[in-house]
Amino acid sequence: MQAYPTETDPIFGRLSWEAIPFHEPILLATFAAVVIGGGALLAALTYFRVWGHLWKNWFTSIDHKKIGIMYMILGLVMLLRGFADALMMRAQQAVAFGDSAGFLPPHHYDQVFTAHGVIMIFFVAMPLVTGLMNYVVPLQIGARDVAFPFLNNFSFWMTTMGAVLVMASLFVGEFARTGWLAYPPLSGILASPDVGVDYYIWSLQIAGVGTLLSGVNLIVTIIKMRAPGMEMMKMPVFTWTALCTNILIVAAFPVLTAVLGMLSMDRLLGTHFFTNEMGGNAMMYVNLIWIWGHPEVYILILPCFGIFSEVVSTFCSKRLFGYTSMVYATCVIMILSYLVWLHHFFTMGSGASVNSFFGITTMIISIPTGAKLFNWLFTMYRGRIRFELPMMWTIAFMVTFTIGGMTGVMLAIPPADFVLHNSLFLIAHFHNVIIGGVLFGLFAGINYWFPKAFGFKLDDFWGKISFWCWVIGFYIAWMPVYALGFMGVTRRISHIEDPSLQPYFVVAFIGVLLIAAGIGAMLMQFVVSFVRRKKLRDITGDPWDGRTLEWATSSPPPDYNFAFTPVVHDNDTWADMKKNGYARPLKDFVAIHMPANTGAGFIIAALSALVGFATIWHMWAVAAVAFVAMVVVIIVHTFNYKRDYYISAEEVTRTEERHTALLGSHV
Amino acid sequence: MSDIHVTSAGAMSADPSSRYLVREHHPEHGTMLGFWIYLMSDCLIFACLFATYAVLGRNYAGGPTGAELFDLKLIALNTAFLLFSSITYGFAMLSAKVKNKGGTLLWLGITGLFGLAFLGVEIYEFQHLIHEGAGPQRSGFLTAFFALVGTHGLHVTFGAIWLVTLMVQISKHGLHAANMRRLNCLSLFWHFLDVVWIGVFTFVYLMGVLP
Repeated sequence: MQAYPTETDPIFGRLSWEAIPFHEPILLATFAAVVIGGGALLAALTYFRVWGHLWKNWFTSIDHKKIGIMYMILGLVMLLRGFADALMMRAQQAVAFGDSAGFLPPHHYDQVFTAHGVIMIFFVAMPLVTGLMNYVVPLQIGARDVAFPFLNNFSFWMTTMGAVLVMASLFVGEFARTGWLAYPPLSGILASPDVGVDYYIWSLQIAGVGTLLSGVNLIVTIIKMRAPGMEMMKMPVFTWTALCTNILIVAAFPVLTAVLGMLSMDRLLGTHFFTNEMGGNAMMYVNLIWIWGHPEVYILILPCFGIFSEVVSTFCSKRLFGYTSMVYATCVIMILSYLVWLHHFFTMGSGASVNSFFGITTMIISIPTGAKLFNWLFTMYRGRIRFELPMMWTIAFMVTFTIGGMTGVMLAIPPADFVLHNSLFLIAHFHNVIIGGVLFGLFAGINYWFPKAFGFKLDDFWGKISFWCWVIGFYIAWMPVYALGFMGVTRRISHIEDPSLQPYFVVAFIGVLLIAAGIGAMLMQFVVSFVRRKKLRDITGDPWDGRTLEWATSSPPPDYNFAFTPVVHDNDTWADMKKNGYARPLKDFVAIHMPANTGAGFIIAALSALVGFATIWHMWAVAAVAFVAMVVVIIVHTFNYKRDYYISAEEVTRTEERHTALLGSHV
Repeated sequence: MSDIHVTSAGAMSADPSSRYLVREHHPEHGTMLGFWIYLMSDCLIFACLFATYAVLGRNYAGGPTGAELFDLKLIALNTAFLLFSSITYGFAMLSAKVKNKGGTLLWLGITGLFGLAFLGVEIYEFQHLIHEGAGPQRSGFLTAFFALVGTHGLHVTFGAIWLVTLMVQISKHGLHAANMRRLNCLSLFWHFLDVVWIGVFTFVYLMGVLP
């Protein structure tokens, strides 16, 4: 427990040197590593004079492709942080038995599991999913960009600033010790008077605004900007799942904003939403947060279902089996995901009828999900399957996710849930579906679309090593945890008395080490691919013999995506175009209307992070100034009416001729 | 879901560019749809606050009840201010449609004044309640009350800031397409706040004074 000065200074609030964790060797070492590594990176960037380039062409960019790539980088960097937390937890649980207290005191361990959950969901899975949607959706529907390109840049920076706040909590103050959903009264001001929960609230609030706006953005993009001829039922499945996911985002994230706002009022103003006395009701928080939280897991998995659909159909070289049923299954899952939130707390005591309702709706979700699995299987049946990396991840997903889905149906049975509730069985279940579903899906997607984004394929050898380490590591890490759950071990424990359980935890730790090797191999894959990029080059823009429109343009696509908007006659548009003699246009290019870059998004997001940081530390003067500055910047930005420019016809011609020459060299 | 359209392929293959390409493609402007979707998300924030009020609204914790606190006459006045501001916004839109810049600005100004009057009454009410010891910390009921009504008030405040900004922009640049779009968005926002207020008035104040 750290002591903070009680009286608050208007400038520094409760921030003081006490907040820097000098006494925690792990944090200090991490801090030193970050300072040295980060310092070296910054020095290198300065030395090679790339700051101007980064600012002009990336940070202020409103190109959906660059924003997509930046989301992916954010997600991968945060994956390393979240995984470091996972390693520490597994190491702690493998050694902390009997007399050994392990190396993480409970106070620190609690922060680690909270940060792990928050980071993995909000700052790994969400940016990776959003990044892929950002990159791929406009290309798949034949659009030049998203509907609101500036908003897209702003959303990205809000998400990033949320991540920055989480990272700041590592070295300035501390993070929440409440678990990733911060239930009150534990997260209330009486039980958690320190800044941890405030960091939690503000990082999620800021990132949440970004997510919500990018949801609005992509919905409008998909509804309004599809190429002519692309009716809803001709959209690629990934675009369909992206649409459903973004509808879920818009319908779920406001609830998170509201509930976190209430929690923060309880903490800052002494109100009684969720307190135990004066008429508050803590269970209302649990209900509200899961009304956001359950749709959230479908927000993550639906686009991955879309990725698998694209991958299966591409690598089996045939049309997806049951396109219509796939679309309907996606929509049904989208709706049902709203009707199941109570299964996260059957033990609340809402009674048999309420519990049965939510148990049954939960089980029903397995029907459309099962339909999807059969669609993928039937697509593979009699297909010419090419076992490239994306396809391998897909098959690993199909097996792993099915197991996770079945344990989910077990947990959906209220009486069983009363036994399994809060146990490691639950932990194993959701890691089973999130790793086996979301993460495998994202890896499939990364391997699948990487050549489109960078113009060269990812290295196969290291990719396969990464694949096998991940898949085998996953099973070794999580199957013992299922068993432990059945034995009644509960979650979030930093020290266990019964030494007979230790072998299971040791095996799980070995599994995590294998996963670590998988992550290492993946990083190696990026490095090796970059080094060998000439050999792995994708000249045609269509390295996998793809079927949807994103493969119709060059790799990487020009800023304007398509020189002329394609007309769609069929789903699997690109396959249709290739089959029916599509000729790439070579002349008569016209100037293209494009949105212009702006730094406003970065500035507004940075100011909002400052508002958050100042509020966390009760630096009221700073918070007020930053807030006013933010409003002023927003207003000033609205006075800028010149938000677009034209790419001249000559430049389009030059770009297209370069691509033509490249294609010619290949044939 | 059958195979590729065989029918058209042969006929069109002579001129593939016409089958697959459009020279100029202008997608419809999506701002209104986007803003409407944003408003629906905002509506969900209010839905959460209404739900919270429904759960906590009778948790008085030994403190004052709605029947003791609410002054319906004052609230009726406030409601009138807000509803009239919606009508005057409508007049501003009518003026804008016929490209009457002066009229638009005048009606927007009146709308803003009604908005400020509404906020003034609300601030007076809040300040009065807090002064009487019925602040948001007093009970679950008052917490939920202040959160719901206060969030609505905050929205009106930002709406007023937006209104002033837009008036400056219209007086500077006139009623061109971009400003018309903004005028339409603010119109949606302003009427939306009215609709929410009708919910607040009914659900919180009218039902709150019932025993």
